[in-house]
Amino acid sequence: MPKILVLAEHRQNQLRDITLEMLTKAREIAQKTNTGVTAIVLGNNVKEHAKALAEYAQAVITVEDPRLENFNSETYKTVLTKLIAEHKPTLIMIGHTSYGVELAPRLATALNTPLATDTIDLNYEANTLTVTRQMYGGKVNVKATLRKSETYMVTVRQATFTPQKPQPPTNGQIIATPSSLAEEPTAKRFLQYVLPPPGGVDITAAEKLVGIGRGIKDQANMPIIEELAKTLGAVLACSRPIVDKGWLPNDRQVGSSGKTVKPKLYLALGISGAFQHVLGMKSSDLIIAVNKDPKAPIFSFADYAVVEDLFKIVPSLKNKLNEAKTQKA
Amino acid sequence: MFRKRSYEQKFYDVAKSTFSALERNSLDVVVCVKHVPETAEAELKIDSSGKSIEKTGLVFDINEWDDYALEEAVRIKEKQGGTVTAITIGSQDSESTLRKCLARGADKAIRLTDPKFEGSDAYATAKILHSTIKTLHYDLILCGLQSGDDGNAAVGPILAELLGIPHATMVKKLELATGTAKVNRELEGGLEEQLEIRLPALLAVSTGINEPRYVSIMGIRKAMQKEITVKTLADTGLTENDVGTAGSWTTIDKLYVPPVEKQAEPIKGTPDEIATKITEIIKSRGLI
Repeated sequence: MPKILVLAEHRQNQLRDITLEMLTKAREIAQKTNTGVTAIVLGNNVKEHAKALAEYAQAVITVEDPRLENFNSETYKTVLTKLIAEHKPTLIMIGHTSYGVELAPRLATALNTPLATDTIDLNYEANTLTVTRQMYGGKVNVKATLRKSETYMVTVRQATFTPQKPQPPTNGQIIATPSSLAEEPTAKRFLQYVLPPPGGVDITAAEKLVGIGRGIKDQANMPIIEELAKTLGAVLACSRPIVDKGWLPNDRQVGSSGKTVKPKLYLALGISGAFQHVLGMKSSDLIIAVNKDPKAPIFSFADYAVVEDLFKIVPSLKNKLNEAKTQKA
Repeated sequence: MFRKRSYEQKFYDVAKSTFSALERNSLDVVVCVKHVPETAEAELKIDSSGKSIEKTGLVFDINEWDDYALEEAVRIKEKQGGTVTAITIGSQDSESTLRKCLARGADKAIRLTDPKFEGSDAYATAKILHSTIKTLHYDLILCGLQSGDDGNAAVGPILAELLGIPHATMVKKLELATGTAKVNRELEGGLEEQLEIRLPALLAVSTGINEPRYVSIMGIRKAMQKEITVKTLADTGLTENDVGTAGSWTTIDKLYVPPVEKQAEPIKGTPDEIATKITEIIKSRGLI
């Protein structure tokens, strides 16, 4: 059995992007180390997913059970512990997603397998796994080595690797495996999905967005930003801290736990550029970022960088925009 | 068919309901907190060891996610009674974070400290916390989803596994019932999932689950009189091999500033000059 295991992630019949991203990176490591990739998919009816995965992996293990229909770290742990003990992989890859964060640390502890979380790069050489990850909200990168082990586990950051289907597709073997779940989980039960309440403003439809972050500092500063947005004819959006503080409703949030936007202009004010936020706005046509910290990660994704206090820029910018509009009129 | 209940049965029912009421009213909550540097708006430098950042000049405070966990713990106590115990791993400096917990309403505070703890990753950290928490009475353990420095998002679930209790991470909403809790977990794109979890349980909370309160000067003064229990490696029952780098899954080789993926074009000058240039760029794209 190929020695790199990738746990497929799916929700409501959709295979999630992270799965193919991981399979692509897994294939790269497998080629270097002369092994192959096995995808594991747990669920109720996963035959379609298995077919899709077989184009990327040499083997696809499916475990079908009505009790695996919705993700639950308890049932996943039970089934995976057994599968991993049987297959003895060298590396287990799980997404650093809301599912992976729930599952991987607990599974690694149960298996006594060294784990590195939220990795953005992996290097496996001479039976040693080294990883790259980030600290301090993406301001610092760290290279770390895992304790020597027969089996390693990592969680992988979303949108870090670009999915590439092998040419020709792999046509991997699909191996249906009986579920090892003995009984209904009682410690933790899935009840239902809760949809976000429909918002008043659709930031994904806006042509221009003014995105604000922690650098706004005080709710009292909101009006001057709102005026700027109005002058520019832009819609106000934000990073997570602004929603957490209750300064803007959550339908304005850009990022992995909010919306993905692609406006013609994204003016980022006081946003440091944590990965979760960048994921939601990096595809904008034009990004202009204003931040005091010259090393703010946002500048790696921006087209134009203004290293300055946003409160010095905003009033001037409002005036200049007004002048430009009057000239035009 | 109606069956008359025996005296014993009635007695049992009363005792049961009293017991569950008592249970409901006395939730003991342990909240795990970390004392971390505030780095969101600071320019960071790597120190001479290459394995840490330069800490001088940085302001330290309670980890942002833990702040929400603490607030949730205090709200539970205010609503239905019980106790809140705050626990941290760290040097003398981290007592200011514990003082904050006490001022906000924690009853007890424990600081675990030892030079041997240095270099502990998420796994070793969870083992250290476990060594003490397993000796406490708890109905609920709350912690932040992740820390602003290491950002592993792993200590909570590892600790839950070591304690043998269920857990949930990314908790955005919490409703307690007798012996169980209903929690909403954040999924991607604003979607949430609702779970029912049996108590005792560990919950790792997301930011925004509540609005942490400010602490009054009076509260801080009062908290100065409360005692902080300090424990070292010898008190934990762990060995040197369980903690620090020896007891960790991962060890740091080096830190470095991330390479710039795309060089943004700088706009420089006085605020007016910068504003003019931004306006020109926007105009040239036909956006005004």
